[in-house]
Amino acid sequence: MSVLLEVESLSKSYPGVKANDEVSFTIQKGEIHALLGENGAGKSTLVKMIYGLVKPDSGAMLLEGQPYAPPKPSMARKSGVSMVFQHFSLFEALTVAENITLGMDDAPNRRELSAKIRAVSQDYGLPLDPDRLIGDMSVGERQRVEIIRCLLQNPRLFIMDEPTSVLTPQEVEVLFGTLRQLSANGVAILYISHKLDEILALCDHATILRHGKVVATCTPKEETATSLAEMMIGGELDIHIATTFSPGAVVLQLQGLDMQSKNPFGTSLRGVSLALRKGEILGIGGVAGNGQDELLAALSGEEKVAPAMIELAGEGIGGLGPNERRERGLLSAPEERLGHAAAPVMSLSQNAFLTGRIRKGLAPNGVINARKTNDFAREIVKAFDVRTPGVQVAAKALSGGNLQKFVIGREVLQAPEVLVVNQPTWGVDAAAAAAIRQALRQLAADGAAVIVISQDLDELMEISDTFAVLAEGRLSRPQPAEGLTVEEIGLMMGGDLEGANHAEA
Amino acid sequence: MDFSSLNAVAMIVLLIGAATPILLAAIGELVAEKSGVLNLGVEGMMIIGAVTGFITATTTGSPMLGFAGGALGGALVSTLFAFLTQYLHSNQVATGLALTMFGLGLAALMGRNYNGIKPPRTDRLEVPGLSDFPVLGELLFSYDPIIYFSVFLVFAVWWFLNRTRGGLVLRACGENHDAAHSLGYNVQLIRFGAIMFGGACAGLGGAYVSLVRVPQWTEGMTAGVGWIALAIVVFASWKPWRVILGAYMFGGITILQLSLQALGISISGAYLSMTPYIVTIVVLVIMSADRKRASINAPACLGRSFHASH
Amino acid sequence: MLRLEQRQQPSKLMLYLTPVLAVLTTMAVGGLLFVALGIAPGRAIYLLFIDPFVDRYNLSQLFVKASPLILIAMGLSIGFRAGVWNIGAEGQFIMGALAGGAVGLALWGMTGWWILPLMAVAAALGGALWGLIPALLKIRFNASEILVSLMLVYVAENFLAQMVQGVLRAPDGMGFPESRNLGRNEPTALPDVFPALGINAGGVTMLVLLTLAFFLLQKHALGFQIKLTGDSPRAARFAGVKPGVIITLCLGVSGAAAGLAGLFELTGAAGKLTIDFPLGYGFTAIIVAFLGRLNPVGILLAGVVLAGTYIGGENAQFMLKLPAAAVTVFQGMMLFFLLGFEILINYRVKRLRRAV
Repeated sequence: MSVLLEVESLSKSYPGVKANDEVSFTIQKGEIHALLGENGAGKSTLVKMIYGLVKPDSGAMLLEGQPYAPPKPSMARKSGVSMVFQHFSLFEALTVAENITLGMDDAPNRRELSAKIRAVSQDYGLPLDPDRLIGDMSVGERQRVEIIRCLLQNPRLFIMDEPTSVLTPQEVEVLFGTLRQLSANGVAILYISHKLDEILALCDHATILRHGKVVATCTPKEETATSLAEMMIGGELDIHIATTFSPGAVVLQLQGLDMQSKNPFGTSLRGVSLALRKGEILGIGGVAGNGQDELLAALSGEEKVAPAMIELAGEGIGGLGPNERRERGLLSAPEERLGHAAAPVMSLSQNAFLTGRIRKGLAPNGVINARKTNDFAREIVKAFDVRTPGVQVAAKALSGGNLQKFVIGREVLQAPEVLVVNQPTWGVDAAAAAAIRQALRQLAADGAAVIVISQDLDELMEISDTFAVLAEGRLSRPQPAEGLTVEEIGLMMGGDLEGANHAEA
Repeated sequence: MDFSSLNAVAMIVLLIGAATPILLAAIGELVAEKSGVLNLGVEGMMIIGAVTGFITATTTGSPMLGFAGGALGGALVSTLFAFLTQYLHSNQVATGLALTMFGLGLAALMGRNYNGIKPPRTDRLEVPGLSDFPVLGELLFSYDPIIYFSVFLVFAVWWFLNRTRGGLVLRACGENHDAAHSLGYNVQLIRFGAIMFGGACAGLGGAYVSLVRVPQWTEGMTAGVGWIALAIVVFASWKPWRVILGAYMFGGITILQLSLQALGISISGAYLSMTPYIVTIVVLVIMSADRKRASINAPACLGRSFHASH
Repeated sequence: MLRLEQRQQPSKLMLYLTPVLAVLTTMAVGGLLFVALGIAPGRAIYLLFIDPFVDRYNLSQLFVKASPLILIAMGLSIGFRAGVWNIGAEGQFIMGALAGGAVGLALWGMTGWWILPLMAVAAALGGALWGLIPALLKIRFNASEILVSLMLVYVAENFLAQMVQGVLRAPDGMGFPESRNLGRNEPTALPDVFPALGINAGGVTMLVLLTLAFFLLQKHALGFQIKLTGDSPRAARFAGVKPGVIITLCLGVSGAAAGLAGLFELTGAAGKLTIDFPLGYGFTAIIVAFLGRLNPVGILLAGVVLAGTYIGGENAQFMLKLPAAAVTVFQGMMLFFLLGFEILINYRVKRLRRAV
């Protein structure tokens, strides 16, 4: 084999983050090369640079020995580099053939193209009807369209970003067959994933990123899921710091929670069960897109389910809306700060009112008590050290970390019985993150029950009393976080719902 | 009741004439909407076309130049809407309404010295021998060139949208402007062009009203035809051929209503006149109710402002 | 070279300045337009924009015209805030006038203080029901409220035509398609309150309702929910807002307001129902709502400005022989400029020096 792509100390910084720091690796012709890392490890930035979407700050690339620096994706495609994104750029009301034409720089005429699509899709075992509408197709079929669009341009390097997160196990098998066949035909594949079993099954080589740096390279066939997980997580996983955890009575109980996802790219919840006790922090880990947003929506009341599926203090509340749940003490903070947890152009004071109305009594008889609302907003700003010139400032004017502190503070200061937070410290600087974790712990120490959904295992290990993993919409059995090993976590993320041989919590 | 005065052939001929302004405006709006732009200014562009067409025709003495002038006037005034919505990201609904009001007023001002003048006559396209042929000759060969052109235009639009790459790109902008942008297409420019095409068609339709249908200039003479054209596009579920169907149906109702009035059955006139609007609402409801189908029929980005992220 | 640069915070100054800028630019460009059309610009601009606000008689007319515009715009602005696009106020205006007028005509010959209030209730209900049709179709079938409400304008116009030719036609009207004159019948005529200012009972009602709207939007949780829905639908769901309730409320309230305005126009300025009864207030009110920045106080001012252009337009028609529709050119321009200048709220204009 000979070298196809050489990446030499690529670096890329965004304000506040070094997304890629001197990243170097090589891809051989015809190999399937895994790019492995946790969320935020810098994988997407790296491939965007290879595909010409992002310009590196420094470093160089060589494609078959020639300098390679694509200024835009169409140039990358001309050089034989194509990419299938996690979220497809397809047009629902157009046919397969029309979609493929739009993405090609020199498309042949209709009849010729249709014939080509049929031929290529047959060859690679991904049958496609060129005349079908995208809108009528499943997510897996849509991915085929993207793949065929790339294949028609005869790529030498084929980049796939988390391709299996949207596929059924059967579809994954088909895809793997296609990729192996491509590899046998000499096409190199850069495969981005954090699913360890896939990488073990498919890839020839792996480059592992952590915090924007290459931390290891390996041959997956010589590794185990555990050793890969250790490399990915860093092997330095903070094993749980023992806290005094004396759980009280069960306050929140989920029983066989099933919920169809509203989002066509979402993951439906299947039989999620758990029992949360007073004073407990349950950490829920897992790869993004495995049902985290859906779980939050089901708990916040934005999506309703059968009443008995969610019980709060013995009452079936699955059919209640967000405010009725707030009244009963179940509060939540979604992942997306702007546009979901907070309204961007509204002031902090108005955003304090947004969820604080009920429990803080900010609008008795419906009339907004402006003084009380401002006081509540100021209380949040003070208690959570939100840096802002005042509470009349629009939410979108705050930095991400400050707004996150505000959003978490808003819920914590309402003295919830149960608080559910999704990605509480995503994109937040270390000091703010520590403050948020401290506040959540204090809340639990004061007797509330907390669910923290996060993709940051370090964070979950630091904060949780019990731990579970969401995988494909199913929740593993929660168990004590203390004493959990990286191997056990890796297995749960791989879909082992019983959590190996660990004792029941 | 005596229906003998309702000559079927004559009525069809009348119907097609009545439907042509609607047809022209609607096919233009269809193209704009396919690119993702909801332009509620059709009525304004039409009346501008009516007055510019009228002025051009009476000044030059040539009805054909008049039609060209109408199309040009409509296209020019539509650039106001295009610039505001595409480059200043203004709200399409509000901007379209502004265009309608602006157009109605401007046309009234421009045409104030043209009241009561007769425009040059637009001749029918006579095909020797065929036009005098009974029934079929009258049905097929008794029209002015614009009527033939309007039908040709529907075909041309269908062909462009469904058979050319340019049409595909235009539809792609209307379906998913972010994806079109990420594939490297200039969404704003394409929409600008589609809006101008819509303006030209509406202007031509307006000129047809002032030069053929009435034929003279009076203030506000388009009398809501632009709004009907908007409804026709929905009625046609954004399909060119169905625009013909819808426009001729509206034309038919107009003619039927006039004929019934001539027969002294005026009571039902108002009810008859409202039926097309009610039918449109019913069709709209039926098409929207199946959300999946609706999302495939209507351009998904219709009415949404596009901001290029980089 | 000039270029636009996004602002960190929307500019409050520009928010209030843009409507003023829009009016001034309209006057300037309108002047140029007059020159282009061979009309003496100075006098025309004076008649259209200044005279309505300085002449004593015109001043008394100003509020009579402004009242329905403000009332309709107030209702519309509540919907626009929530992203509910009712552009069929004209139809709701007609249906309100028809419903209220029908009650008044049915009670013809009776006397009592209760007749006019009863007509007002009927008008509000008529307008609201007409507005709730698009609401229902939107919630139940996902049909665009823009197109449905607009189509219903034409249904209403034809319905009006049918009524004045039919059951509501004046029995002693010699066959003209018009109703009896409700404005000249004591129990159904709209009483004047401050004639010198042109404030009649409709104007007073409008002011009361405008105050209520101000209170709703600024002080009430429901107003907060309305604004939240328009600003960020997802955050609104998170805050427990039910979209169907907001749509129903917005279309119902704006329909009722337009219906009331229709009745006041009928029992006041117009007097009787005719085919020409609708004057386009339902459409002009959309401009009023925007020019007033969807804010009750702003709408009050914008309503007066646009009423002024109506009066100025009539004057210009009379004195300069300008067509009646000429005034809409200014209304349209005003909205154009306003929408164009709006970009200055979120962007600033920067001069770009070319690199050497």
